[in-house]
Amino acid sequence: MAVNYNAKEEADGHPSGGVGAAGGGAAGGVGKSRKPDNTAFKQQRLPAWQPILTAGTVLPAFFIIGLIFIPIGIGIFVTSNNIREYEIDYTGTDSSSPCNKCLNVSWNSTPPCTCTINFTLDRPFETNVFMYYGLSNFYQNHRRYVKSRDDSQLNGDNSSLINPSKECEPYRTSDNKPIAPCGAIANSMFNDTLELFRIDNDTRISIPLNKKGIAWWTDKNVKFRNPSGHTNNLTAIFQALDTTKPVNWPQPVYMLDTLEPDNNGFINEDFIVWMRTAALPTFRKLYRLIEKRDSLQPTLQAGTYSLDITYNYPVHSFDGRKRMILSTISWMGGKNPFLGIAYITVGSICFFLGVVLLVIHHKYGNRNTSADIPN
Amino acid sequence: MADPIRWARYRWQRLVSTEGRDGSSSSFSCDKCYQSSKMSGRHRIVIPCLGHFKEEYEKVSKLYMNNRIRTTKYTLFNFIPRNLFEQFHRAANLYFLFLVVLNWVPLVEAFQKEITMLPLVVVLTIIAIKDGLEDYSKYKLDKQINNLLTKVYSRQEKKYIDQCWKDVNVGDFIRLSCNEIIPADMVLLYSTDPDGICHIETASLDGETNLKQRQVVKGYTEQVSEIDPEKFSSRIECESPNNDLSRFRGFVEHSNKERVGLSRENLLLRGCTIRNTEAVVGIVVYAGHETKTMLNNSGPRYKRSKLERRVNTDVLWCVLLLILMCLIGAFGHGIWLSSYPEIPLFNVPEPDGKFTPPALAGFYMFWTMIILLQVLIPISLYVSIEVVKLGQIYLIQNDIDLYDEKTDSTIQCRALNIAEDLGQIQYIFSDKTGTLTENKMVFRRCSIAGQEYCHEENAKRLESYQEADSDEDLAGTLCGSLSRMPKKKVHSCRTASGPLNQLADGSSALGGEEGASDVPHSRHVAFSSPIETDVVPDAQLLEKFSQISSHSDALSEETDREPSLETVYIADFFLALAICNTVVVSAPNQPRQKMRLSSVGRMPIKSLEEIKQMFQRLSVRRLSSSPVPSAKESSSESPSTFVSKLSIFRVKLASPAMEGVAQMAKDPGASDSPKCPKVSPPGSLDRVDIAAGSEHCDAGSSLKQSPISNLCYEAESPDEAALVHAAKAYKCTLQSRTPDQVTVDLAALGPLTFQLLHILPFDSVRKRMSVVVRHPLSNKVVVYTKGADSVIMDLLRAAPADVNKSELEQKNIKERTQKHLDDYARRGLRTLCIAKKVMSDEEYAEWLNSHFLAETSIDNKEELLLESAMKLETKLTLLGATGIEDRLQEGVPDTIEALRKAGIKIWMLTGDKQETAVNIACACRLLEPDDKIYTLKSLSKDACALLMNTILEDIQKTMYARKNHSSKIMSIFQAPSTQAPEFSASLVIDGKTLEYVLHESLQSIFLELTERCRAVVCCRATPLQKSEVVRLVRNKLKVMTLAIGDGANDVSMIQVADIGIGLSGQEGMQAVMASDFAISQFKHLSKLLLVHGHWCYTRLANMVLYFFYKNVAYVNLLFWYQFFCGFSGTSMTDYWVLIFFNLLFTSVPPIIYGILDKDISARILMQLPELYVTGQKSEVYSPPTFWITLLDAFYQSLVCFFVPYFTYRGSDIDVFSFGNPLNTAALFVILLHLLIESKTLTWIHVTIMIGSILFYFVFALTFGATCKTCNPPSNPYWTMEKHMTDPVFYLVCIITTSVALLPRYLFRVLQWTLFPSPVLKAKHLDRQTPKKQREVITKKDDRVGKCRMGFQSTSACSRCFNVAGKAGVLTFILETRELSRGFS
Repeated sequence: MAVNYNAKEEADGHPSGGVGAAGGGAAGGVGKSRKPDNTAFKQQRLPAWQPILTAGTVLPAFFIIGLIFIPIGIGIFVTSNNIREYEIDYTGTDSSSPCNKCLNVSWNSTPPCTCTINFTLDRPFETNVFMYYGLSNFYQNHRRYVKSRDDSQLNGDNSSLINPSKECEPYRTSDNKPIAPCGAIANSMFNDTLELFRIDNDTRISIPLNKKGIAWWTDKNVKFRNPSGHTNNLTAIFQALDTTKPVNWPQPVYMLDTLEPDNNGFINEDFIVWMRTAALPTFRKLYRLIEKRDSLQPTLQAGTYSLDITYNYPVHSFDGRKRMILSTISWMGGKNPFLGIAYITVGSICFFLGVVLLVIHHKYGNRNTSADIPN
Repeated sequence: MADPIRWARYRWQRLVSTEGRDGSSSSFSCDKCYQSSKMSGRHRIVIPCLGHFKEEYEKVSKLYMNNRIRTTKYTLFNFIPRNLFEQFHRAANLYFLFLVVLNWVPLVEAFQKEITMLPLVVVLTIIAIKDGLEDYSKYKLDKQINNLLTKVYSRQEKKYIDQCWKDVNVGDFIRLSCNEIIPADMVLLYSTDPDGICHIETASLDGETNLKQRQVVKGYTEQVSEIDPEKFSSRIECESPNNDLSRFRGFVEHSNKERVGLSRENLLLRGCTIRNTEAVVGIVVYAGHETKTMLNNSGPRYKRSKLERRVNTDVLWCVLLLILMCLIGAFGHGIWLSSYPEIPLFNVPEPDGKFTPPALAGFYMFWTMIILLQVLIPISLYVSIEVVKLGQIYLIQNDIDLYDEKTDSTIQCRALNIAEDLGQIQYIFSDKTGTLTENKMVFRRCSIAGQEYCHEENAKRLESYQEADSDEDLAGTLCGSLSRMPKKKVHSCRTASGPLNQLADGSSALGGEEGASDVPHSRHVAFSSPIETDVVPDAQLLEKFSQISSHSDALSEETDREPSLETVYIADFFLALAICNTVVVSAPNQPRQKMRLSSVGRMPIKSLEEIKQMFQRLSVRRLSSSPVPSAKESSSESPSTFVSKLSIFRVKLASPAMEGVAQMAKDPGASDSPKCPKVSPPGSLDRVDIAAGSEHCDAGSSLKQSPISNLCYEAESPDEAALVHAAKAYKCTLQSRTPDQVTVDLAALGPLTFQLLHILPFDSVRKRMSVVVRHPLSNKVVVYTKGADSVIMDLLRAAPADVNKSELEQKNIKERTQKHLDDYARRGLRTLCIAKKVMSDEEYAEWLNSHFLAETSIDNKEELLLESAMKLETKLTLLGATGIEDRLQEGVPDTIEALRKAGIKIWMLTGDKQETAVNIACACRLLEPDDKIYTLKSLSKDACALLMNTILEDIQKTMYARKNHSSKIMSIFQAPSTQAPEFSASLVIDGKTLEYVLHESLQSIFLELTERCRAVVCCRATPLQKSEVVRLVRNKLKVMTLAIGDGANDVSMIQVADIGIGLSGQEGMQAVMASDFAISQFKHLSKLLLVHGHWCYTRLANMVLYFFYKNVAYVNLLFWYQFFCGFSGTSMTDYWVLIFFNLLFTSVPPIIYGILDKDISARILMQLPELYVTGQKSEVYSPPTFWITLLDAFYQSLVCFFVPYFTYRGSDIDVFSFGNPLNTAALFVILLHLLIESKTLTWIHVTIMIGSILFYFVFALTFGATCKTCNPPSNPYWTMEKHMTDPVFYLVCIITTSVALLPRYLFRVLQWTLFPSPVLKAKHLDRQTPKKQREVITKKDDRVGKCRMGFQSTSACSRCFNVAGKAGVLTFILETRELSRGFS
């Protein structure tokens, strides 16, 4: 028998094949069987949760969503409503506006055109106040505009300072000198100066505006870096690199804030804020902080205020608008009723749908349990 | 005389070939000549590459291809360019390439150049690796084939030397031994067989395992010694290469200008195997790709699944959408720009400081937008589809239900990209033999002289066989594979012919206990699996039969003692079974070696024991009357000229005895057994020979328990084998068959040798075959006929000849037999009637004359032969009938029923004859008893058209009538198939008619006809016809087709069909090699289609839809943003995130979903085949679902964009911080959408889902923490971190996700609750307890059952009514069975 078996296997030509082995019969020539493993995965019998979305099973979900969303929505809505916000358009398109005279300024017009706008706050701003400038119809998100910058230059990379990125074209060089900071974004930096005074019995009390802490901490401390050099003198460093100022700027980047070295050059916060290009054509950017100094007094009392504007930034040509916004802030940022309303609406809809499904479930729900057979 | 002609032909040939060449290199002209095989008159001249022909040879043969084959697409050098070329045929790839190029144009550049290349490179690499591996396996196979060795005659060495197949050239002489594979098409010039016959097995070509005879070219037959190639001075002229397997025309022109015609009978085809012939020599005429086999393999077609085609059209829709969006962007940008009277601050000039005019800027913007929104065309989709398919295939391959224990084989998925087509099949084309049936015929019952013998033992054994036969089957397989291995076979063949080895063999057999397992009766030896061979005789019949032995001379009618009529009948019956066939006998110990009388010379004597036995036998023979002289007389009587022309059998003039002597004298082996010739006195030489011949058989097996059980029978049809085996079981053993003699061993009488006068072969018109023999005992001419009952019954002796009593009895027998036959048919057995006729010598001589005329006539030879045969087969005496079972494979009827319930139309395409085909079709319930069966059979195209019209009208009439009659019932019971269940027509069509039908003008009407038929059976179809039928249906009806077959004859059909399935196991590997899937059992088809097909389709369709949704939803975020950035093409998302969003963050969950999602469990799918219709109708993925999905995607993207927009409007948020919540919300929406769409959730789904989300956050956080200045301008530094500490971010994400998904969720809920689809209902059923499931399903089945009760029998199928039509043999077989209609 054994002889036969061998002969067969040889003849078979597949000694490893189960055929030969099985031919050996009970002798137990255990060849590798090609039989697939009988595992749950391979046989597609994995324990599975099979959600069946019938009215009955999803009812609770709808009610739960409704019950959660509505309170959240109310909370957001209330919070949003508690935010105090005051906005003033100082573009001066209106001929009655004090700034109308400045409407057609160009970059660096000398002497700078200034105008003052008075306004009244009916209610005090209790907490810290954020002062924004807002631009409308300004497409900071235009594709070519957005990329017209050199991040490594802004990070203080010397080689990029000498040789800015091609993306900066045509604001890359000026008079064959590399521009620092290069690019259209930097070139078009907002350069109005806003000053706020409270008019208290005809006396203008200057309101201290904090210009630090308006940019992201990481931007100021990590992403934006001044170029390093032998000295700490920023001017020397930039001049050593033989850079020039952006075309539209009145003075070079190392003179943005000559008073405070940690706010000068690329790490100037106004500059950093501007460089974070806005997502939508109507946007605001943080300009100054008005910190609450006295816990007993509101940051901005109700009353008359005057806004002094050094009007440099030309927006009229493209029908842009400039605004000044004063706003308190909550945990959810500025004033925006949309989110609260959305939550309330969706919650209500879900609740309503829950009721509808309940009706459906009662009317038709039993139809399925009888489980008609297809066809 | 022939010279000028030849010269003219040469000239003409040159002319034609230069015309056809178009100036291209000469090797191409050959390609062309076989491509246009219709071009008549182009000949090929084959000259041996030897000696004096050398120069001419080179001139003529250099255009011919050599025998090397190459089926691969690539070579090592052209792989990269060619593969890239192939890949860029895919429109999507071209599109992405275009994008990459576009991004290099600075004016429109939207992304960094490198980033856009990434996806494309990934995709191309993955596909290239896959293609490379596929091609490499082909290359290995080619190499293996090319390097097979064969014996080619070498001029230098003056002998045959081993050469690789690839080195064989046209004109080479090749010498092949037994069991070797033919390397190229060659003309047979020499065979060791003294008759000049060579047996070949064409299994690898047409799947038929029986042996076919090929003949040595006339004129070379008489050569006694082997042909010497050096002396071969003739030239061969034949057709140019073509793919017609059944035709070969040409002639050999000898040096003396004598011409000998060549036919198909002289051609050995590549890929066939030499059997039963020791050695042959042939000259190669076609080689390599020009062989008929290779030309018949039309080569694999690149199969693309239907789903994928649909995907491609939808991708085009996406392109359209994309263009629309880009146009909006372009115009928007132009208008936006021109709305500014001055150049605004934020409009950055070009590097040269100039500003682009708005119109031009708009034009540039169009291209920028295309780059920006490119994700709309899902590149990740193609990669994902490939991956998902691999996963699906992996799961299919691991299905334990598709595993066959017996052969230890599981499903092989050879095509990786069409798994989902399995779920959309509408037509199945099935081969019959070996596919539906096991290809095993089993003798079940017989009725002799009106007395039935039911062989109960046999039936019982068959039932219990199932368990027992695995062992035996395995043994069979082993033996089978033995002869499949060419090398081994040669070896065994050679050793067998050596006497020493034989001796050793014998002694080993002596030692072996019974040695039964040694017996190479195997499945492979045509139709002789153990199940057929083991017939347990009916006790009663056996007893009766053994009575013959008691009066041994019962058969001779001259004896004084008249035996009982019944006994004579029984004896005649078994003799008829043993003789009336074309079975070839081969000895077991020399596998596939034909049993020949002359081989006695080579017969080694094994032991004294045997010699003794031989003497005993000799003495027995001497006692019996000697038939030989008279046989000799009759054979010389018959005119030699015509007899030798008969191609079916060959009568040789030289008597076997003489030949034997000659053989012995020449054969050196004879001297090894010197005793043999010596013992026989010269006078009785012939008798000795005959005796020894039969002895040979016994000698080989004398030591075994049953000495005669070791013969191998090779029959053309399994029925014949079954009958011969049945006869053997009754000790009436067919011992040997030569063209002119048949030896039958009757238990007690010893071997009887019948002089074989004629064989009238089977044909479908007569439906019977006959042999004419001279009875050795009575010395009368006897005709034994077997055939279909319907025919034989009409031919029985009608007029009372002499004795009244016997006439009465005849009538009696006829009636009773008919009853039995009806019974057999009811039981689904194949019935055959056996009859005989005794002729006087005068009658015979008279008939012989007319037959001779028919033989020699040229014009309508076939008709005359038919007439002649019909003249002979009259006045028959009915002996009895047999019932044979062609065992269906396990589970075939159930599978067919299930597939049919699933709405699949099943066609049976078989090369078999009509009766067999219809029979099997009935047995496997392809044709139901209540079907109306139309038979399409006509002799001309016009008649065919007419007939089809008639049938169509008839069907319409009937249908109309039925519809009116039972419209009520129809509304209750809706069948998934297009046919109303009350009326189902089936069509049977034969090969010749098929040819007309495939003609262009008749195609449409034929298709219309078949569409109304529930089942179609095509019989006598050639491989090419099979593929043409499939192609016709596939192309004209635009349906999904599946072809299943097991033999090489199914290869082309398998390749043409949308899905080709090969059945592995029984007949070679050709079908498997060509197939897309290879299974081992037909029954596996139901799970493959109903479960895996359904799953694969649903999964992939859902996944594809999901991908479209995902991409549209995501890309639209970018699009909506364009409205707020002056259509400037800004993306608010980091480019890396944008690319990775599709490639990484959201790609794995859908892939898992595509591989593992399971809408309904396998069990339910199997129980409710109706669910398959979902896939057939493409319900999951159809235009409406596509557009709904896109609409949903638009909605979701709107929500995803505008909820954050309104939240952040007017705030100080920057571009990329704005993009972050959008992205995150989109991620949640897209992943949760998948969760809603998923039908099942396993731990894998959950893990992957959570993993994807985590991955996204980890990526965003890491990127945000590390990337200080990288990736300008969308520097993501600290963006995510900032957002993570902002509650608004979470609130926005939550509300966005909820609002976006609410409609889809609600839609699903309402769909479930209010309008559940069948699939949903089935899923519901899935959740219930098994008991309840059973209840519901049986309840449903009852409903169906009511409509069709009470059919168990298949008797209807066997009844046919012939109606003679107008044109020729136009049969119009109507078959109606209304009585069994249940709902009346």
